[in-house]
Amino acid sequence: MIHSRDPVWRFLLPSFLFVILFSLYPILDSVRLSFYRLILTLPWLGQKFVAWENYHDLATDPVALNSLVTSLIFVAVTTPAEVLLGLGMALVLNESFRGRGWLRAIVLVPWAIPTVVSAQMWRFLFNDRYGLFNFVLFGDATDRYWAPLAEPGLALMSIMVADIWKTSSFAALIILAGLQVIPGELYEAASIDGASSWQKFRHITLPLVKPALLLALLFRTIDALKVFDLVFVMTQGGPADTTNVLQFYGYKKSFAEGMIGYGSTIAVAVFLLSLILSLIYIRLLGARLLAQERSP
Amino acid sequence: MKKIIFMAGVSVIGGFSLLPFLWFVTTSWKTATEISAIPPVIWPSFHWEHYHGALAQHGLLRYIANSAIVAGATTVVSIVIASLAAYALARFKLRWGRYYLLLLLALSMFPQIAIAGPVWRLLSWLGWLNSYHGLVAAYISLSLPFAIWVLATFFKELPRDIEEAALIDGCSRWQTLRLVVLPLAAPGLFTAAILVFIHAWNEFFFALIILTYPAVQTLPVGIALFPGEYTMPWGEIAAASTIATLPLVVLTLIFQRRIVQGLSAGAVKG
Repeated sequence: MIHSRDPVWRFLLPSFLFVILFSLYPILDSVRLSFYRLILTLPWLGQKFVAWENYHDLATDPVALNSLVTSLIFVAVTTPAEVLLGLGMALVLNESFRGRGWLRAIVLVPWAIPTVVSAQMWRFLFNDRYGLFNFVLFGDATDRYWAPLAEPGLALMSIMVADIWKTSSFAALIILAGLQVIPGELYEAASIDGASSWQKFRHITLPLVKPALLLALLFRTIDALKVFDLVFVMTQGGPADTTNVLQFYGYKKSFAEGMIGYGSTIAVAVFLLSLILSLIYIRLLGARLLAQERSP
Repeated sequence: MKKIIFMAGVSVIGGFSLLPFLWFVTTSWKTATEISAIPPVIWPSFHWEHYHGALAQHGLLRYIANSAIVAGATTVVSIVIASLAAYALARFKLRWGRYYLLLLLALSMFPQIAIAGPVWRLLSWLGWLNSYHGLVAAYISLSLPFAIWVLATFFKELPRDIEEAALIDGCSRWQTLRLVVLPLAAPGLFTAAILVFIHAWNEFFFALIILTYPAVQTLPVGIALFPGEYTMPWGEIAAASTIATLPLVVLTLIFQRRIVQGLSAGAVKG
């Protein structure tokens, strides 16, 4: 490596500035604020140090517990569904056929459109008076039409459908990249040995695509834990808090009710939850990165 | 037989991805009667009234301009900052370089709510709430981890010989980056720029909390807060959504290959 006169820090300084000001400092400040009572709508109260009071409130807050459970259910249902659907899509997209370029582009459409737009779209499809969803289920019998977004049992499921539609293609792309690095000779050799399509899938494709599947699963898990846009547009957390996921609850406390202190406590809890997941992910990807650095 | 099943799979995937959205797009061309008709009207009468309504009454042009300014500025500044950082990380032997990359990876996974309150307070203290630069500053820090990762991957794959020749000829690192590396890395820069642009164009959470005046709000905020309590103006919402999505669908259809490549460079190659 050639030495040069330009100090390294000049190249990295601008990115450091943004990372410190808008990512690292805010995290630390969230932790600090979680020990304070700070209400935006009552500015004359100021910032009062309350030690662990917010955390005690959080632990005994039934709405927060409900949010945690709702978020976990959301993650547990959507991520496996998205990875399975993504695997199916990736297997098809990996074959060579006429129009594959077009299909790859079409699959990207749900990923590319703003989540807010897809939320309005599903809200329209789930409409209780003339939504396509109701027409498909009940035809002309408008008296039997459901209002899925207003039914406690169905609202969360409707949001899950919207999320699965929106993000399966992202899972498919990651899995496709994994499929593309499997050497074709393996399949040729298996064909010569008389393996069936299922055997090839089971014994070649599946084991070799496993890292990509895991990656897609973790990516989607971390992202699904942050679901907000769909909930904001489709249900506003209702009916009866059945779609009040963690990020929405935190938003409501901090910004709709102005309770920055308690909102920060929720934020810290959500942060810790995703930190655990991120650590798993970084171990997985970090190991690969370090291996790469060792063999340049 | 096998071919028929395969083509059925292809159609199911295509239909699943495209039909719901196509239905919403055609809704924007239907009259109010057609929108609420049972059984549904499949072929719209190409009625442009909702576009007129969305543009004239709901100030859609304002939202489009705001989104274009915010997403455009975010893309340009992020790519400049990220290419500097990514070049240093790809080419200088830094002992802590990989820890910085891992830190960026961790940052990209933080839930937005974890930083939302303090970011809001910081921007409020700076007097940057309801301003383009306030939102752009937040967006740059959101997009840097991804942009640096993708660009570092691209830079590492570039041949070193030309760079070293330039350095031997007396170019500074900065000149080498500007005159040799960046032109060679143009496809990678372009890919990263498309992805950062799409992300900034679509972002909703920070736009919602930072921008509370309609005059500065971006398209996703405008679409999410579309007025209407009991009777939703679906035709106009669909028209606004179609306009908001059009640039993205065009980008995706043209640059499908690059987008796929960029996303997998960020995710899989590591």
